[in-house]
Amino acid sequence: MHMLEIIMNSIAAGATLIQITVNDSLLRNVIEMIVTDNGKGMSEEFVKTVMDPFTTSRTTRKVGMGVAFMKGLTEQCGGTFDVKSKLGVGTTLTATVQKDHIDTPAMGNLGEMMMYCIQSNADIDYEFTYRTDAGEYKCNTVEIKETLDGVSILEPEILLWVKDYINGGIQELKEEAE
Amino acid sequence: MKSLEDLKRMREAALKKVEMREGGKDYRVVVGMATCGIAAGARPVLNRLVEDTAEHDYNCVVTQTGCIGMCVYEPIVEVYDKDGGHTTYVHVDPEKASKILAEHIGKGIIVDEYTVDAAKKEQGL
Ligand SMILES: Nc1ncnc2c1ncn2[C@@H]1O[C@H](COP(=O)(O)OP(=O)(O)OP(=O)(O)O)[C@@H](O)[C@H]1O
Ligand SMILES: [Mg+2]
Repeated sequence: MHMLEIIMNSIAAGATLIQITVNDSLLRNVIEMIVTDNGKGMSEEFVKTVMDPFTTSRTTRKVGMGVAFMKGLTEQCGGTFDVKSKLGVGTTLTATVQKDHIDTPAMGNLGEMMMYCIQSNADIDYEFTYRTDAGEYKCNTVEIKETLDGVSILEPEILLWVKDYINGGIQELKEEAE
Repeated sequence: MKSLEDLKRMREAALKKVEMREGGKDYRVVVGMATCGIAAGARPVLNRLVEDTAEHDYNCVVTQTGCIGMCVYEPIVEVYDKDGGHTTYVHVDPEKASKILAEHIGKGIIVDEYTVDAAKKEQGL
């Protein structure tokens, strides 16, 4: 899924806290992804146009593809797509896809994705939650940074540890759910 | 499963390394991670840079940037040295990334064949 694109938008919007939740339900046959940030937000008007592949506030290139692409993908995969945003407050983007839809792409490596996000800026905090029918796994960078007590989360060994920590947590949950 | 207890142990090891290093790192390795870069394959390149740096303890920090404005050359990796000089490597893949770290960061030798200048020359520009 093109989640990294969506999170990169939150980063670009100046967010300091980004909450990422993946609800992966075999019973409901749905994968739901929710990204909430406290970035600069968008006006109502802009939210309406943001689904259009030709909307972007980029200056180097005319076409923004992140949001519109994600919207197209969810529709193609029997899902839904919603963006709620408030200027100066933040944005919540919710995307769902049908889990067993033939066009639904593989989830991809979420631990690696989170590693890229964390690596892009050590000052941004993340709350990552992965839920299945069996339970949930949470990873919070605030807690990790407290444990690190002065050692940078950007140290490559630490980044790789976080990646494995998240993937291990997800794997364990998946095994329980099956 | 890994726990935050493991992280405490990792922290001790990382701290020792940081103390041994003293002072900043000599190089900054920057990967373009905008949509264009990601589509072109920047993710595995970044992953390899982080893995190799951890394994070999190269004297560099690995960071990201947005669109560098040269989308046709993505994935792009830029290496900045302490004196403000910088080299732009283009069409980087994980193998090339490993070589760039080993040669440029490890030995201080620029890998000419992967640079933007070499790519332009090849295109007759
Ligand atoms: N979380 C967000 N907070 C604030 N603004 C946002 C957010 N997500 C998207 N936007 C706005 O919507 C626009 C479109 O986003 P989209 O990802 O589609 O394209 P882009 O980010 O401009 O370019 P690209 O992703 O292709 O590099 C952005 O330029 C930005 O202005
Ligand atoms: Mg974007």
